[in-house]
Order: sequence, then structure tokens, then C-alpha cells
Amino acid sequence: MDPIMLSRIQYALTTIFHFFFVPLSIGLVLLVAIMETLYVVKGKEIYKTMAKFWGKLFLINFAVGVVTGILQEFQFGMNWSEYSRFVGDVFGAPLAVEALLAFFMESTFIGLWIFGWDRLSKKVHLACIWLVFVGTFLSALWILAANSFMQHPVGFEINNGRAEMNDFLALLTNGQLLVEFPHTIFGALMTGAFVVTGISAYKLMKKQDVEIFRKSFNIAIIIGLVSSFGVAFSGHFQSQYLVETQPMKMAASEGTWTTTEDPAPWTVVASIDPDKQENSGEIKIPGLLSYLSYSKFSGSVKGMKELNAEYQQTYGPGDYIPPVRTTFWSFRIMIAAGGLMIVLALYGTLLAIRKKLEVAGKWFMRLMVLAISLPFIANTSGWIMTEVGRQPWTVFGYMTTEASVSPNVSAGQILFSTIAFTAAYTVLGIVMVYLFVREIKAGPHAVEKPEEHDESADPFGMDGGYSVVTK
Amino acid sequence: MSLSELWFLLIAVLFVGFFFLEGFDFGVGMSTGLIAKSDRERRTLINSIGPFWDGNEVWLITAGGAMFAAFPHWYATLFSGFYLPLVVVLLALIGRGVAFEFRSKMKQQRWRKTWDIIIVVSSSLLPFLFGVVFATLMKGLPIDGEMQMRAGFLDIVNPYTVVGGLSVTLLCLVHGLLFASLRTVGDLRERAMNTAQQLMLPLAAILAVYAVMTYFMTDVFAVRGWALWIMVVLGAASLGLAAYFVRHKREGWAFGMTGAVIAIAFASVFIGLFPRVMVSSFGSAFDLTVYNAASGAYSLKVMTIVACTLLPFVLGYQIWSYYIFRKRLNEQHHLEY
Repeated sequence: MDPIMLSRIQYALTTIFHFFFVPLSIGLVLLVAIMETLYVVKGKEIYKTMAKFWGKLFLINFAVGVVTGILQEFQFGMNWSEYSRFVGDVFGAPLAVEALLAFFMESTFIGLWIFGWDRLSKKVHLACIWLVFVGTFLSALWILAANSFMQHPVGFEINNGRAEMNDFLALLTNGQLLVEFPHTIFGALMTGAFVVTGISAYKLMKKQDVEIFRKSFNIAIIIGLVSSFGVAFSGHFQSQYLVETQPMKMAASEGTWTTTEDPAPWTVVASIDPDKQENSGEIKIPGLLSYLSYSKFSGSVKGMKELNAEYQQTYGPGDYIPPVRTTFWSFRIMIAAGGLMIVLALYGTLLAIRKKLEVAGKWFMRLMVLAISLPFIANTSGWIMTEVGRQPWTVFGYMTTEASVSPNVSAGQILFSTIAFTAAYTVLGIVMVYLFVREIKAGPHAVEKPEEHDESADPFGMDGGYSVVTK
Repeated sequence: MSLSELWFLLIAVLFVGFFFLEGFDFGVGMSTGLIAKSDRERRTLINSIGPFWDGNEVWLITAGGAMFAAFPHWYATLFSGFYLPLVVVLLALIGRGVAFEFRSKMKQQRWRKTWDIIIVVSSSLLPFLFGVVFATLMKGLPIDGEMQMRAGFLDIVNPYTVVGGLSVTLLCLVHGLLFASLRTVGDLRERAMNTAQQLMLPLAAILAVYAVMTYFMTDVFAVRGWALWIMVVLGAASLGLAAYFVRHKREGWAFGMTGAVIAIAFASVFIGLFPRVMVSSFGSAFDLTVYNAASGAYSLKVMTIVACTLLPFVLGYQIWSYYIFRKRLNEQHHLEY
């Protein structure tokens, strides 16, 4: 295989894996912070137990997110050195600020939170978990500022064959960032919410720790409801922005080869033939694509063939059509998963308000357990659409993916690293899921039986963070 | 001082800080395989770095990010050129990070043992690899006119770099043992101190060998004569003081002194390199310098403002967290929890 394909595979695999954990971390830490706030405000032990239980799951997840994140930073230089040379001036800055502003904050205050339960006052301890949340939030903001630059480059000029920043504020007010950031953050909060509701539903079905899991479900379902609507609305704005800035991506995600009639219909499903550049077996909803694109039921949307001809005029000969099937289907999978979550969140909230959670019938609870997978499916397919849909560009309009790879790294080396990282990630994934399931089964009141050598002093241990420090 | 020079200094400070801080948690990680006699003692040792190691590692991540932003060519040449060593570094960082989190989740012997081995191996491997990489930076690497580094195995692994790697590993180990002796009591503290004492002579020997090799095999003494000689004298003095304090069981001062040795050693690397960031073995025309590898003036200015605003806060809360966890971990009190 050639180095470009291998680098792409490696980037896709490591990024998708990393992005299983990041949104869950952001979502879970918010819920833990809310629970601990309730504990500090209301003074009821039950909220502390909740914060500690979900905190344990958060920590397992956070650890994997952190270690896989280091690889993300390194691989730009390792596999994509030409890209790094070209955009380091612009793209590097948000990454550096992310480390300085967000990572230090997260890592220091998570340490204080884990080990500080009885070294810090209640309020200071609570402040620590909120600061961790703020840290994850800021981290997302800066990394998305970097990503938005790749989608919609702003705030720079080309000097000596390199992109050089000339307007930092433009990076932070990039229209792409303004639509991408809320969409991603709502997606993250939704992830945390659906994981917590799903696990709570499972425990409620088993009638274990009913009080704790009812409360957990209620808190999470509200976050789930708000964020699932947030995701939908911000997604709508994002796709409108896309029509303007990356029409090719939008056309590919709609499978639109030729410019549509006015008003444009939305294609629900289609069989796409990228070689013949046509679709068959389409099911269409009239006018909907116009609405999605322009918020009105009129206006046509440009097709890929026309756009490709335009791009050839601007950027020179070449094929500027991204992998259409992948873009088309990942878009639809994302929307379907998102739609399902809205319905489930609505119904779940209704049950919670009417206090009918336990009489809801097992089918709904089972559905909520299955729904744990939905945010992950939506997050992943959303990113696949965004990144694959941008191809052949790494920096839209300025640098192609082919031009971005390291010229001095051989295919063999990349193959080796891809296999090594995939193996390591597979082990990590299995271990993590195993530990997750184990913690969930053990429940919030699990205390290890003391042996002759009591080991409960371990802050990473089953008691979840009692300090062993004494004078 | 130009902004690119300032950023070189800042990146040097970040690396020095990283090795000072993560140096001791590497050392504590290694020492779990060396001085701990029971699972409980291993746990005490790991707890001693529990609240800190993650934050320490961010110094590396920040150094990487700063390099990317301030010196894109340095970042690109270095990271693509050291491809395979960095794959191992990443695997070790991944393994080590999750091992701290995962080891205590289950009691089964095999589970514990596996993660404990990963902690020891990765904690030793990482300082060794970093030592190797930094040694090659001083010695020079095949970097061509396209700023591409095409290094073969022997460019990276040779007697000079291996001694460099071993020096850093041993230095971190002693530094970590002293940190462990600072944060524990009783038997464990004694053992950490005694082991550190036994390692003092080998450490001095290998550092001396490395300094001599550096004199003959690199041009850093020729380029920065007196400055490096001062560093050598300071380093030797710090090491001597460390040995003195270890002998008199004053672990706080001893820890400070090994920290000084680490800081001096890595500062010397950057002093010796300046104004180059990577030395080309094809001749100085191909060197990457703080001038030809740097970002534009605007980018550097923005980053300088951001860094100057944020750094005081970062340092403030990091110091605060060390202050919060300043007390010793007492094994006797474990059963109370």
C-alpha cells in the first residue's frame, strides 16, 4: 500500500477511537459536577455516592482519552510533516494554547479531585470538578478552532509557500467554528447523558439502587433532551454554513450529482454509483433540501459535476469529488441516530416528569440500554462526514491530503505503526469496556472486602478516591 | 532577543520542566520494580506520584504544541525523522498512563502483575528514549536541503546516544527514589534513600563519561565553550551536593540537587544547540535554526501574549496542588480507610 493510504487509515482509526472517549468525558464530567453540586448544596449523601460512582466511570474513560490524545498531537509531525510545515504557523497555535490553557487545567484539577476528597473543603473540591469540566470544554474549543481552519481557512496569508497567521481573532470567530463548536459540544453532552440514562435504565430494570439510578436518570435525561435539540438546531446551521463554504461536501453528502431543480428535494436513500456519477432507487422528499440549505422552500443546490468543473477552473485539473458513498451514508446515519435520540429523550423526560419511570415497561428501559450506542454512532459518522467530505483537501482550497504526508517516512514504517497502535487500542478498548461493565455491575455501593492487607487506600481503587495522606 | 529566540528559550524551559517533573515520576515508576517488596508498597509509591504525573506529562504535550506552533519545521523534521522511536515512545506513554489507572481496578495477581510490569518497563524506556533522542540532537543527524531527516538505525542508536539514554534513565531513577523518600515514611523511605545512595557513584561515573564523549563527539563545547564549561562545573557541584545530602539523609535538599542536575543537563543541551534547533551532519548549511525553522512574527507575537498571560496561572495552580499533597504517605494509616 502507499504511504498516503496508510497514513489516512491510521489517522482515521486513531481519531475515531480517540473520539469515542472525548465526548463521553465532556458529557460525564458535567453530570458528575452537577451531582456533586447537588451534594454540596443539599448536603445529602446520596448525591455524593452518585458523583463518586459516575466519577469512577468518568476516570476510566478520561484516562483512555488522555493517552490517545497524545498520539493525536504527535501524528501530525510523524505522518503529516508537510502539512505541519505548511500550516504550523496557524494550526499549531490553537494546539499550543489548548495544552497551555486546557490540558494543564484538566490534569491538575483531576488530580486534586481524585486525591482531594478529604484534603480539600467541600466547596474547593467541587470547584475542582467544575474546573475539569471547563478544561474539557476549552480543550474542545481550541481543537475545533484548529479543525475549523482546515474546513474553512481564515486569518492567514500565504508567504514563502507557507500559511502564516495574520489575524488570530479571525481563527476564533471563524464562522465554521461558530457552528461546529456548539454542534460538537451538544453531541458530547448528549453522549454523557445517554450513557448515564442507559446504565441507569439497566440498573432500574434490575431494581438495584433504585433511588440512586432514578435520580441519575432524571438528571441525565434533562441534559439529554436539551442537548439532543441543541445538536439538531446547531446541525441545521452547520449544514447551511456548509452550503456556502464547502458546497462540494454538502453535494456529496446529499448524493447530488447535477444541480437540482428549484425547490430541491431531499434524498432519503439512494444507490450511488460514483463511477457513472449517477444514483438509482432514490426516495425523495420534495423541497426539503432547499429548506435544509436555505431555511426556505425554494432555491436549487449545486451538484458535484458542476462544482467539480468550477473547482478545476480555480484549482487546476484534478478530481475534487470526495468519496460520495461514505459522505452520503455517514450523514444519514448521523441524522437517523440523532432523530432517534430526540424521540427517546422526549419520551424519557415525559416518564420522568410523571414519575412513571419504574412502571414504564421493560421495552423502553431496554431501548434506553441499546441507545447507549446511538451517540457514539452519531459522533463517529458526523466526523466521517466532515473529514471525508473535505477530501481531497486537508486545508480546503490550499493543500491536498496527498501533498500533506511525510516524504521521509516509508510505507513499511507507517504500516508497522498502524498495526502497533491498532493492537494497543484494541487491547485498551477491550479492557476499558470490561472495567466499565465490572464497575456498573458492582454498583455504587461496592466496597472491596478488606483482606489481611487492606488495599482500599488506593485512590484509583474501588473506593474511588479516599486519600491515604495523614500527617 | 527576537521572538523566535524567546520561543526557543520557552521550549527549552518546557523541556527542562518536563524532565525535572516527569523525571521523578519516571523514577518512581522504575522504583516500583526495584524497592517495593509488596503490593502495598508498590501502591504507596504509585500514590506518591498519583496526583502529579498527569500534570507533569502535560509539560511534554505543551512543549510539542509550542514546537508545532513556533517552529513548524523543527516539529515536522523531528517528528517525522524519529518515526520509529516515537512510535515506541507513544506506546510507552499510552501503556504507562492507563496502567496507573487500571492496575488497582482488580485484585487478581496476573492483572496486577501485568500492569506493574508495564509501569516499570515504560517508566524506564521513556527516559532512555528521550535521552537517546536528545543525544542525537547534539551529535547531528542527516538532514538534507529539503529539511528532511532521513536517519538510519545507526544515526540514532550508537555508543554516544546509548550512553546518553542510560544517563537520563539513571538520573531519573535517582531523582525518583529521592522523591519517593520525600513522600513516604519508615522502611520504604529508608530503602529509597539507601538505593539512591548506592546509585550515586554509578550515576556520577556515567554522567562523567557522557560529558567526556560530548566533548569529543559533538561540537557543542567548541560552539559554546565557556558557557558549557560553567554548566559542567555547576552540574558536577550539584551532583556532589546531592551525594552529600543523601549521605546525611536530607532528602529534600538531595531531591532539589538531583533536580538541579537534570535542569542543568537539559539546559546544556539547548545552550549547546543554540541557535540551531537541529544539527545536520551534512554541514552547517543544512542546520535548522531558530531563524529558518520559525513561524512568522505575527504568530509568535500572539503566542507570546497568550503564554505570558496563562503561564502564571498554570504555575500557580500546579504549585498549589503540590502544596495540597505535601504530606508524607503513611502506610500505617492505610487501614483506617
